[in-house]
Amino acid sequence: MYQAKIYITLKQSVLDPQGSAVTKSLHAMGYENVKDVRVGRYLVVDVDAPSKEAAGEQVHDMCRKLLANPVIEDYTFELVEV
Amino acid sequence: MKFGVIVFPGSNCDADCLHAVKAVLDQPVEYIWHKSNSVDGFDCIILPGGFSYGDYLRAGAIARFSPVMEAVINYAQKGGWVLGICNGFQVLLEAGLLPGAMRRNNNLQFICQDTYLKVENCSTPFTALCHPGEVLKIPVAHGEGNYYCDEKTLKELKQNNQIVFRYCDEMGKVTGEANPNGSINNIAGICNRHGNVLGMMPHPERCAEEILGSSDGAVLFKSILASWQRRVK
Repeated sequence: MYQAKIYITLKQSVLDPQGSAVTKSLHAMGYENVKDVRVGRYLVVDVDAPSKEAAGEQVHDMCRKLLANPVIEDYTFELVEV
Repeated sequence: MKFGVIVFPGSNCDADCLHAVKAVLDQPVEYIWHKSNSVDGFDCIILPGGFSYGDYLRAGAIARFSPVMEAVINYAQKGGWVLGICNGFQVLLEAGLLPGAMRRNNNLQFICQDTYLKVENCSTPFTALCHPGEVLKIPVAHGEGNYYCDEKTLKELKQNNQIVFRYCDEMGKVTGEANPNGSINNIAGICNRHGNVLGMMPHPERCAEEILGSSDGAVLFKSILASWQRRVK
């Protein structure tokens, strides 16, 4: 069994209104050294697969088809055996 | 002319769309459950507004994989007329029937208000009775209506005359102030290259009769029927 920890964020080229709001709020709290915030989604997916490569391939597929929207989002993931 | 209104779990404008077709056009109209795998026999399919699958993951992302969508995609690719309103528009984007994607509104608020729309393309079956530059007052109600596409796609949309509605002021001027949600190029509605698929964030079904305070939305429904009658002749 493998566990994928998937991080999905808006692409750098896409304005992130939530991130901008959080940045402003942090500045107002005195954290003026905060340069940028990107808000995203975090998913933990357990996959039963014969090998790490097979699991990784499937997770890529899932991200491209459903979990992330490639028009506006980027994804990365870490894969560990559990 | 027979209309079908798709019902996803969480659709909440399905009854309004059904009513609008009956009240404005007096044409036959039926609900189509999301588990159906056929849309045969319908002359126009409406994907209504709402929160399909609770907007989980992204608005429209899960609905796009419901069984009926495969039939809707085939239907659209064969030239069938498909109108997606609000969440229906989001589903069409996720399904790849229209280009681009929706972001959260730039003020992060759910916006529920009247908007003015400039009609930019009167050659679609959905806008055939409009005149170029006509201004329609139609309400929006959404949290994710901030349309986005990359520069290349925007260029293509312009070149192919796919931008159908843009947010404007009462006089028809397309301004930053008239843009409620931050959409690129004030885009409120776009069609596919062939013009048989239209997605729009504003709700024409909510303003299709005088008793609702405005009947500006009726022109969309009337256009569909008029275009159909022209095609059948």
